[in-house]
Amino acid sequence: MVMPSKWPIYTTAWTCGAISDPDMSASRWPHYSLKPLVFLLCLLPLIALIYSGFRDQLGANPVEAISQSTGSWTLRLLLLTLTVTPLRRISGWSGIVRIRRMLGLFTFFYACLHFLTYLIFDQSFDLQEIIKDVSKHPYVTVGFTAFLLLIPLAITSTNNMIRRLGRRWRQLHQCVYIIATLGVLHYLWLVKKDLRTPLIYATLLLVLLIYRAWHRRRLSS
Amino acid sequence: MLIKSKNTGTLPASEITDHALYLDRRRFISTTARTLVAATLAPGLLATRNTKAAIRLGNIRPGPYNTSEARTSYKDITRYNNFYEFSTEKDEPARLAKNFRTTPWSVRIDGEVNRPGSYHLEDLLKPHPLEERVYRLRCVEAWSMVIPWVGFPLAEFLKRFEPTSQAKYVEFTTLLDPEQMPGQRRHVLDWPYVEGLRMDEAMHPLTLLTVGLYGKVLPNQNGAPLRLVVPWKYGFKNIKSIVRIRLTRTQPLSTWMKAGPREYGFYANVNPQVDHPRWSQSRERRIGDFFKRPTLMFNGYAEQVAHLYNGLDLRRNF
Repeated sequence: MVMPSKWPIYTTAWTCGAISDPDMSASRWPHYSLKPLVFLLCLLPLIALIYSGFRDQLGANPVEAISQSTGSWTLRLLLLTLTVTPLRRISGWSGIVRIRRMLGLFTFFYACLHFLTYLIFDQSFDLQEIIKDVSKHPYVTVGFTAFLLLIPLAITSTNNMIRRLGRRWRQLHQCVYIIATLGVLHYLWLVKKDLRTPLIYATLLLVLLIYRAWHRRRLSS
Repeated sequence: MLIKSKNTGTLPASEITDHALYLDRRRFISTTARTLVAATLAPGLLATRNTKAAIRLGNIRPGPYNTSEARTSYKDITRYNNFYEFSTEKDEPARLAKNFRTTPWSVRIDGEVNRPGSYHLEDLLKPHPLEERVYRLRCVEAWSMVIPWVGFPLAEFLKRFEPTSQAKYVEFTTLLDPEQMPGQRRHVLDWPYVEGLRMDEAMHPLTLLTVGLYGKVLPNQNGAPLRLVVPWKYGFKNIKSIVRIRLTRTQPLSTWMKAGPREYGFYANVNPQVDHPRWSQSRERRIGDFFKRPTLMFNGYAEQVAHLYNGLDLRRNF
């Protein structure tokens, strides 16, 4: 039974719908709309790539275009993932943390696509060539290492794993800073001459790392 | 009305409404409407259609050394260009070089020659019958194309200026014009672009000065109006938009040698056994293919050029 209210009768419809739902407290509401939205946004680069592919708009060297696009989106999403926590601290909007895992997993998703492009089109599954390439060429070495390091982070991203690993989960997931550094190095070292774009990524990463160092020092002092 | 009268002369025969269509009033109206819309929007389109990229070169005879491999499409050859004078992005030169002025154009020939001077391009080209040469092009970035160049042997050209006995090398220079070449406004490379060849490489019958491709005048993004083509070397040796050819006693210092002496040498011969310090050169992606193919020694021209490098350590002289 609805309790008698001082509010005019026509307001009950929205007040009941929005506020009396126990799961819909003010701090939680964003995740209802945010998560599906972010999910779709993260898929857009892939959709754009497939669309351009079918319309023959990937240029003269489509494999290179796919490799560059998936590689760039891996780095962008990784940097975005690392931006979530500073953003939460600065804005005080704790709801944003809910998209961090999704961003991290999409980083891994694009890294997989990037690696598959290399495996299939660059190396045609030739294991010997891959070993040679990884061991001889530093930009491949760091890129491949970053990819390998992403795998345990993706596997341990479930709630169950977070519970089971406890303190060690945090330690393990601090690997992400090494991964991001390796990823940026991978880009810097493969560019022939024009370093502008990789330097933008390097700067963004540096800002994020400095922010974390600064935050940690502030906490300990 | 003005628009209509201005463009009737340029209407292709295919656009003229035939009698059957004329009788079909509705379609006639829509065709006319479309033609009018096209005519209104077309000045830009017509301009690009009329650029010299579409001009066919006359009297081209087939030359020697042609490969029978499938040719890379004209579209791909003209939209995937490493031409840092315009941009470091490969899809940009086609757009940014659209209004590049290639006439008038003169080339200075000096150094160790008996007949130095500055010459108009037309005068330089006049004595040379044009040949079509279908060559492989292997970029140092591990992609490749097959391009039907139009040009003539550099050897025939150089002989006209009577190189002296002191001439050991040839140095080529690209136009320096940051106003027209936006890429030169940034110091990505030490402008102007310089390349060089040893005299015997320059005089080799494979080495070309080119003025066209696919039977047409060289598009601006491909190095108009005058470009070097040395098919057994990495693409960056094929210097574009040449304004100076100097014969020298000493080895020229090329732009890429200056930019990265550890990575780019004077010879830059295609060699699957010697990697670029940062990436493999053993395979290449032919534009149009998805998978890579093995790279051939001297880009498949070993039979013609291997003897030039007898006794030379190709690992050190990369």
